[in-house]
Formats: sequence, C-alpha cells, structure tokens
Amino acid sequence: MTQVRRFLTNNAVSILFVVIGVLGLRVSGLSLPFFLEDIVNRLARNSFMVLSLIIPVLAGLGLNFAIVLGAMAGQAAIIVVTHWKIPGLGGILLSILLAFPLAVVLGILTGRLLNRARGKEMITTLILGFFSNGIYQLVFLLLVGSVIPMKNDVLVLSSGVGLRTSIDLTGGLKNGLDDLLRIPFPVCAAVTGIVLLGVYLTRFFRRRSVRLGKMVGIGLLALFLIGWGLFQVYTRSMFNFVRVPVGTFLIVLGLCVFITFFTRTKLGQDMRTVGQDRHIAEVAGIDSDRIRIIAMVMSTVLASIGQIVFLQNLGTFSTYGSHEQAGMFAIAALLIGGASVAKATIGQALLGTLLFHTMFIVSPLAGRTLFGDAQLGEFFRAFVAYGIIGLSLALHSWKKQMQAREEARRSV
Amino acid sequence: MERNGRSVLEMKNISKEFYGNKVLKGINLSVQEGEIHGIVGENGAGKSTLMNILFGMSVIHSTGGFEGSIEFLGKPVRISSPFDAMALGIGMVHQEFMLIPGYSVTENIKLNREITKDNFFSKILGPGLRTLDWDSMGQDAKRALSKLEMDIDEWARIAGLPVGHMQFVEIARELDKQNLKLLVFDEPTAVLTESEADRLLSTLRKLAETGISILFITHRLHEIMEVCDRITVLRDGVQVATKSKSETTIEELARLMVGHSIESVGKRKVNLSERKTILKVRDLRVLMPGETVQKVDLDIKEGEIFGIGGLAGQGKIGIANGIMGLYDSSGSVEFDDKLLPLNNPREVLKRGLAFLSEDRRGVGLLLDMSVEMNIVAPAIEIHRKFLKDMGVFSVLDRSQIRAFAQDMIQKLDIRCLGPDQPVKRLSGGNQQKVCIAKALALEPKLLFVSEPTRGIDIGAKKRVLDTLVELNQKNGMTIVLTSSELAELRSICDRIAIISEGRVMGILDPDAEDAQFGLLMAGEYAVR
Ligand SMILES: Nc1ncnc2c1ncn2[C@@H]1O[C@H](COP(=O)(O)OP(=O)(O)OP(=O)(O)O)[C@@H](O)[C@H]1O
Ligand SMILES: [Mg+2]
Repeated sequence: MTQVRRFLTNNAVSILFVVIGVLGLRVSGLSLPFFLEDIVNRLARNSFMVLSLIIPVLAGLGLNFAIVLGAMAGQAAIIVVTHWKIPGLGGILLSILLAFPLAVVLGILTGRLLNRARGKEMITTLILGFFSNGIYQLVFLLLVGSVIPMKNDVLVLSSGVGLRTSIDLTGGLKNGLDDLLRIPFPVCAAVTGIVLLGVYLTRFFRRRSVRLGKMVGIGLLALFLIGWGLFQVYTRSMFNFVRVPVGTFLIVLGLCVFITFFTRTKLGQDMRTVGQDRHIAEVAGIDSDRIRIIAMVMSTVLASIGQIVFLQNLGTFSTYGSHEQAGMFAIAALLIGGASVAKATIGQALLGTLLFHTMFIVSPLAGRTLFGDAQLGEFFRAFVAYGIIGLSLALHSWKKQMQAREEARRSV
Repeated sequence: MERNGRSVLEMKNISKEFYGNKVLKGINLSVQEGEIHGIVGENGAGKSTLMNILFGMSVIHSTGGFEGSIEFLGKPVRISSPFDAMALGIGMVHQEFMLIPGYSVTENIKLNREITKDNFFSKILGPGLRTLDWDSMGQDAKRALSKLEMDIDEWARIAGLPVGHMQFVEIARELDKQNLKLLVFDEPTAVLTESEADRLLSTLRKLAETGISILFITHRLHEIMEVCDRITVLRDGVQVATKSKSETTIEELARLMVGHSIESVGKRKVNLSERKTILKVRDLRVLMPGETVQKVDLDIKEGEIFGIGGLAGQGKIGIANGIMGLYDSSGSVEFDDKLLPLNNPREVLKRGLAFLSEDRRGVGLLLDMSVEMNIVAPAIEIHRKFLKDMGVFSVLDRSQIRAFAQDMIQKLDIRCLGPDQPVKRLSGGNQQKVCIAKALALEPKLLFVSEPTRGIDIGAKKRVLDTLVELNQKNGMTIVLTSSELAELRSICDRIAIISEGRVMGILDPDAEDAQFGLLMAGEYAVR
C-alpha cells in the first residue's frame, strides 16, 4: 500500500501526462497508425537532444539550459554545409565534424563560467543561453554578407546582408540519416522483439542472477512484439505505412549505450561523486572544476549533434528560433519523464520525449474538436512546456528546503 | 614502541589567522617514523586547524593561507591541496563527515582510488574511460574492513549505517591506501563506543608497528595515555607543552589543556518512590540497523535523570531513536498518561519531548547560519517560540533570541566570536555544543540525550553535565541520558538501566558495584 502510494507520488508528473496523452488521443480522434507515424518521427527527432541533458545532471550541474549553445553550434554547421551544397549523409557527417570544435570551445567557456557561479548553475546557463542568442543573431543577421563574405541567393536576404528567417533543407541534409534505412513499423516491432529475446536469453544462460519475474515479463513482451508485428505484416494493415527511420534510431541507441557505458567508467564515477558532494570529492583529490568542465563540454557537443539530428528530420528550420526552442522543449521533455534537477536516467529521457510529443500531436487536434479552435491547443502546449519547467524548479527548491528542515528536526 | 629516530614530519613555527582572529601561534610539531603523536586541547584550541594545514584543505587556502614551513621526510614541501598531501603519503580521517551517503561502503572506501580495467574506448581516448572493476574494489574494501575486524557488508549504502560503522568505513578508506606514511586521526573516537574505540586503538598500535606515523586527536585522555609516544598540548592556539608519555599523567595533561584543575560533577540524591511515572514504555521494538531493540519495558519517573548504558550494538542507542520516531518501531509508549504515536517525529516533538541524537556529525546544523539562529530554529519551527505576534503574521523576536543564545553560550562555554558568527566557523566541539543548546531551546518536558559529551573537551564536559543537572533540578525536566561512558552515567543519573541484546538486563543504583554493571553488560541477569 505504502509502496503504491510512493510510486504514485514519485511519478506524479509522468502519470499526469500519460493520462492527458491518452485522453487527448481519444478526443482528437486520431487513428493509431497516423499517431504512430507522427510519434515515431518525433521520437527519432528529439531523443538525442533530450539525452544530452543527462550528463550535467549527473555532475550536479542541474538542468543545462546552455544546450542552446550546442544547438547553435550545430545549426551554424548546418548553415555552412547547406551553403556548400553537400547533401545527404556526407553533409550530416561534415556538419557534425564542423560543429564539434565550436561546441568544445563553447562547452569549456560555459564550464569555466559555471565554476565561478557555484550554486547558481541553472540560472547562469539560462542567462547564458539568452546572451549567446544575441551573439548568434549578430553574426547571422548583421555580419554574414557584410563582414563575412557569403553569396547565396537562397540563404541570404535580398539585401545581401543577413540570413533569411527560415532555411529549407530539402535536397540537402533533409532526412540524410532517416533515409539510410526505413523499415515498416510492424517489421521493426518484430525485429525488436527478436533482439530483445536474444539478449535476455543469453543473459539468462550466462548468469542466473536475473530476476525471474522480470525475465518472464520481458519474454512475454518480446513474444507479443513478434506476434503482433508478423500479424500486421500478414494482414497488410495500415501500420505497414508507418516507416521507421532506423538510421536515426540507431544513433540514439548508440548514445544510450554510450551513456550507460560512461557511467561505469572512472570519469563517470568522478562525475557522480562531484555531483553528490563537491567538498568531499575535492578532499578525496578529485579536481572538481575540471570534471564539471568536461561534463559541460560533453553536453554541449552532444547537443550540437542532437540539433543536427533534429533538423535533418524536420527538414526545415527557423534560423533565429529553432535553437531557442530546442533547449526549453528538451528540458520540459526530460522533466515530464520524471527526471528532476538532481537525477535523470535514460529511461526518463525517452519516456519524457514520448509523452511530451504525444501532447504536441494531440493538443491542437483536441483543441479543435473540443473548442473548435486549434489555436487553443497551441497555447496549451506552450503553456505546458514552460509551466512544467517552472513547476519542477519550484518543486526542487521546495524539496531542498524540506530536506534542510527535516535534517534540522532529526537532530533535536 | 621502537623508533629509529627518523623524522617524518616537521611543522615549524606554524601560525594561522582567520579573518584577523589568530588561532595558531607559532606551533612546532615533529613526528617520527612509527610514532603515535597525540594532540590534545580544549574545543577551539586549534587542533583541527593545524591538521587542515597539513592536509592542504581549502578552508586554509581560501582564508589567506598560513605562516611557517613544513618538512616531510627531510624535504621542505608545499601542500596546497589534499591531492598534494595524498601524493606525499599523508592520509586523514576528518573530524567532520566525509562519506557520500548515497554511495555504497565500497564506493566510499575506493573514492577516487577506484580500480579500473582497460576497454576499447579507454585505449583510444585515455584512462578516464577505463571501466570500474567492481569485483576487485569490493575485495579491497572487504580487506580494509577486516583489518579493522569490522563485519560490515561492503555493498551496503552508507545512509542508514550506525555512526560508529560510518567512522570505521572512513578509517578503512585510509588503511586501504598503499603509500601511507603519516595518518592523521581527528577525533576518530568521538562517535565510537568504548569497545569500538578499543578496537581502533589496537589498530593504531599495529599500524605504528609497520612504520606508519600517526597523529591522533582525542578528548579522551586515557586513550592518549594508552597509545601515544608523545603528546602535544595546545591551548588557545599556543603550544603549551610537548611531552613524552612517560613523563606525564592524565591529570597534568588536563591541567595543561584547561589552565586550571577540574573537579568532578557533584552527585545528588532524590527519592523516586512517590514520583509519578511520566514515560511508560511497553514491548518496544526498534528496527535500527546495528542497534536493534528487541523488547524493552521501562517506567521513567517525572523529574528523574534516568541513565541507559550497555555495550555497543546491544540496542541502547535504539531506544531513544525509536521513541522519537526516527526508526521504525512498534509497541506502546505512554507519555504523561497519553498514548504517544510511534513513527511520527513531529508529533512527538509537539508533545514536549526532545532528542539530542548521538549522530551529530554534519547533520542538523545549518552551517551558513548564525549560532543563535541555529539554536532557536527548531523551537520556532515546532513550538513557535521566539516569535512576536504582529496580528496577521508574526516576526522573530530578535532580543529574546539574542538573550537566550547568550545565556547558552555562557552556560555551555561555546567558544565563538558572538551569537551572530556563522556556525561553520566554529570548531567541531563547539558545533556540538550548539546542538545541545538547540535541544535545550525546545524546553522539553522530557529530554533524551545520547552521548552528550562526545567530542567535547574535559573542561566543557563538566559544564554540559552541570547544565543538565541544573535544568533537571530547577525546571524539573526529566532527562533520559544514553551514554557509553559508565562514569558519566554514574556521575549524574538517579537510576541506570543496562541494555544487552536489545533488552533491559537490569536497573541499578549509580552507586552499585562495578562488578554488577559488568555482569549486566555481559548479558547476565543481576542478582537482586
Ligand atoms: N573556517 C573558519 N573560519 C573562521 N574561524 C575558524 C574556522 N575554522 C575554525 N575557526 C576557529 O579557529 C579556532 C580553532 O578551531 P579548530 O577547529 O582548530 O579547533 P579544535 O581544536 O579542532 O577544536 P575541537 O576540539 O572542538 O574540534 C576556533 O576558535 C574556531 O572558531
Ligand atoms: Mg577539531
């Protein structure tokens, strides 16, 4: 009983969004295949970005609003590559490569700044995001074409100075990763089931320490996926038109594996230690400033890749707005997944992305059916994105206070 | 204790100032190979500061560094961070808590000395990405713990372990270090019971025999006399003497420390038979790890000082923790003829009970806040005392707070620059006294005090006990004193219960013979 209650209170936010999502889906009248098509794409698009927030949380830096900087680096690289007209996978790899040094430098600078703003990391990254947006605008609105030579009728405004407000990637980077391999959803489900079964069977036979209940659960899930997938393929249902961008998902999977691996390394452990208690870490001889800078660099680099993955999937972006949104929405998604300022896991990041985007898809439609106005749904999702961030920050400081009080009480 | 006379450490003419307050004045300290060197002094005498200088702690360097020079193994050295100190082979068990509560015992023992193995990525990208080798780390942790003869699960989380065990984990961390030449123990026994402390002392001796030098700080002078070769006495930042053990006595050390001699706390006699029972405990069971209470029945009379004693791990600590609702417990407790809810700390405090926990390291004090606010915070929170009613809302009554804090500072001899000094600038022992003042500010009808004189110097110890007796006599406060020091119990208690295996073995008069106490502690029922 108490366990159930604890589960409910600990996961209140995620549960709320599951409920909103399910109800919204009902009201909107979307059919499942249509919904799947959209959500699968959005998962591929945004997961990487959300995952890039995990490492700073691990190192005790909280929610890194400064992934905006990483996003800018990624976007700048995309602009350059689009200008050079290098399409497809080659273009994507090149833009990742171009963004890398920029992201590293920005990460180091952010990390240094944070080491001077101890205890105020989050607000600092938030302000830093705004500040650097100014620089970004300066460069791409005023300097391009005037100081930085650039001749490109498609990208540059007709005056010859400054970039157009939106950039189309069609024929360029658009879907460069996604189109590497696209597989119908049911096939994908079946293959996932088979892989899952394989992994857990080998685990089971190697060591017997795996819990039986979990084994059976996973086995059943795997069998269900295989069965359902094959059935859909056989009946040629609508689900076969949902085509999964496997290439992008493989990159996301790669990042998940990397993060898991990283937490088991020496550097990962140092990061956790610094995140838990900086003073104790320093007394144990860990250079906590250095560790925090590394965490910022990793996050910024990942965010730059994340933005490239994001934009290639979307295929078009607003030159002066996409990066701004990227930060807020990724943080909102992470929080909806049940993460907090002090703890974030891969599962929470992925779940959060799923729930957040479900809300994105259903809220305009639900708004239209309920109020006859899609705009209301639009408001609703912006409201939720900012609301959830504000709420969880408030919750965090409230919890901190309660803890301090609790400790004070314990000692008397 | 053999000594070949090779000097390991020379600290020469060390002085240190904190914000214009001179806390060390020209200290000279030398330690030889395999020597156990004791450092004694009152709370705030400067012992920890001296050790922090040696260990390159950032409190020293962020407050303007220090004067004087340090030589290690004959060479002058500059120690500007704990990292430098460790590289030289200096280890330190700090006075304050240095464990990460969310980590396992193993992770804490191997903190920043994790064992790693190569993998594909680490070969390309550098050693930072080597994977942790949990199996070897666990083995190392187990080995270090077994050196201390401790049977602690090396995968248990630190949060939830009894304080004594935490202390041993910290010590195990130092023992696990390979290149150790000098080990500093800053009051390691303050949170240990007597038997645990004995075990630690024998470990110290063994370590010294292997050639490791030890600096040992404690307020229990008999421990000093048991293990140390030489003793340095500090008073108010001045080195009053350095003596070898053979040429001094406990009495002399005490006198050197305090500057005058100390008389023992006076005894008193009260007749308890016609007093009413204020706390009635039946079938109390408490699930406190390492201090489980099995089945305890007690009747505590109004206005008495009731002692609870017994060996470590037998459950004496668990009783107060259970009644106060800090650990899961069952049974029935009646306070003032009303049933007291279990597992509900807030309600218990509201009813007029208070608790000074044995675990005072690092918890409970708001380090950045002033001494006075720390003292009154719980009283404001629980009983809404020290507030002035302004109609719609209430504000802090500053003058009342100041007066109360000043009274406590004087009574308990809290050495600080004033009631508005931040608590973090106080020495460890003086922070402890602030904890005591906090409990007293609640003005409880019944006060549980566990190990009240831990980490407090012998002069101040008398003050603390005197204050308890005074509160008992003047205000009629009932006091339940849990202590592992029998002498302390006998000096002020009216009756003493001895706990063994989670049960009350018997209740004795403080004047009962030593043998009787001994029998009960060993778990044999006393002959009435
Ligand atoms: N960070 C600090 N800032 C200012 N003053 C400090 C600081 N740390 C210690 N002090 C002062 O230095 C003096 C010596 O403190 P220290 O901690 O060395 O005492 P100690 O001998 O270890 O006492 P205890 O037995 O209570 O641990 C005290 O007067 C204390 O108030
Ligand atoms: Mg000290």
